Amino acid sequence: MEKKEERKVKVQVRNLTKYYGKLLVLDNISFNVYDGEFLCVVGPTGCGKTTFLNILSGLIPATSGGIYIDGEPASPYKHNISYVFQLPSCIPWRTVLDNIKFGLEIKGMPKDEIEKRVEKIIKLIGLKDFLNYYPKQLSTSMQQRVAIARAFVTDPDLLLMDEPYGQFDVKLRIYLEDELLRIWEKLKKTVIFVTHNLEEAVYLAERILVLTQKPTHIRSEVNVDLPHPRKVTDPEFVKIRTQITELVKWW
Amino acid sequence: MQYKIVCEHISKIYESAGRKLLVLDDISFSVRENEFLVLLGPGGCGKTTLLYIIEGLVKPTTGRVLLDGKEIQGPGVDRGIVFQHFALLPWKTVLENVEFGLKIRGVPKEERIRISKELIEIVGLKGFENYYPHELSGGMQQRVGIARAYASNPEVLLMDEPFGHVDAQTRYYMQKEILRIWEKLKKTVIFVTNNIEEAIYLGDRVIVLSKLPAKIKATFDIELPRPREYTDPDFLKIREEISEQTEFAL
Repeated sequence: MEKKEERKVKVQVRNLTKYYGKLLVLDNISFNVYDGEFLCVVGPTGCGKTTFLNILSGLIPATSGGIYIDGEPASPYKHNISYVFQLPSCIPWRTVLDNIKFGLEIKGMPKDEIEKRVEKIIKLIGLKDFLNYYPKQLSTSMQQRVAIARAFVTDPDLLLMDEPYGQFDVKLRIYLEDELLRIWEKLKKTVIFVTHNLEEAVYLAERILVLTQKPTHIRSEVNVDLPHPRKVTDPEFVKIRTQITELVKWW
Repeated sequence: MQYKIVCEHISKIYESAGRKLLVLDDISFSVRENEFLVLLGPGGCGKTTLLYIIEGLVKPTTGRVLLDGKEIQGPGVDRGIVFQHFALLPWKTVLENVEFGLKIRGVPKEERIRISKELIEIVGLKGFENYYPHELSGGMQQRVGIARAYASNPEVLLMDEPFGHVDAQTRYYMQKEILRIWEKLKKTVIFVTNNIEEAIYLGDRVIVLSKLPAKIKATFDIELPRPREYTDPDFLKIREEISEQTEFAL
């Protein structure tokens, strides 16, 4: 990975504000995300993390403020933005292979390019033996891996992840997180990963944004300068985790 | 010493469409009175099935469960259960949910309302007696579930990953709450979870189950004084040891 200071800014969020009727949810949020960065956003339940991701992905509009990718307003027509949801979102009538291809087919990519990209992602994620399975034949964790493969294969400018591992036990979670980090390190994609699991945030992130309760703004930013893979029982890890826990104690 | 609960050689096979699935494989263990025992196992290993066998909702294929030396025959008021998904009756208020078991048993109105209100206060929900479940947060609903389970004054309390469906911060808070309530009301508790940290935080003893078919892999006595600290070096040391023993399934 390039040194952080040498990375250019990939995503700019400027004065992002969202009202639902009279309820102010997101309050004038501004921050940058660097090219290829793994950024975690932590916040209390109900603070608007999912609203935040929905605005970033273009699914709902902001009330005011904007998001810029490579200096231009973020647009699904111009930019590739992938979104992995909390619960598996595989298309049930498509096989694993056809699920992964889906985004590329929508973009009208030529067949041989699709084959090439899909092969590349399958090498990175353990789905080789399951390509002809249907989602309902797989465990929930396997389905999530399909969703993640599908998200990365489109070569996204920005990959949004909304607590995709929330329901899994810790050992399985660490296995999946290690896999995610391997893919991220290889493909060098920009990731915004939302969670309220502080240990998970410290395990994954290069940088963590801590949000407040509604009306939500950024409380702090913490850099995590530990090499991957990290160990949750290491004193350095525990130190950072305790620091973040103090920051959210008042949630 | 007579144990409160004894599980002897419990096995469970589920059959479906001619195929047999071995879920629990010859599981034996004993629980002391007023012990807080944690069953720790990966997702899908069969630990809920084991809890349901102890509760009497499911019959083992082989083996038996003894409560105070007597074999259990089916569900009973001597065992209370707290479910993962809360399982509150949505058309009943908090008070009506908590008193439900007592009502079925014909406990007189005045007494059952007194018992229920006391428990509602102990779990920290005083003032919410007339609320409906949908008006409460996940953590609050689970506290109603806990009050309900205690209301029938069972011999044993069974808890099936009760904090699996609340967010991380609420989960930490509920872990402290459940210990506070247990230390006040006592009771033998068998608590099922897939979360190693939670197991160490809560348990007097942790039994580690393997992945399917579940067998007992290891047992750990947790001799740390309460309240415990997740980031304490001794806590982390035990967490590493237990982590070595835990399996997971993709």
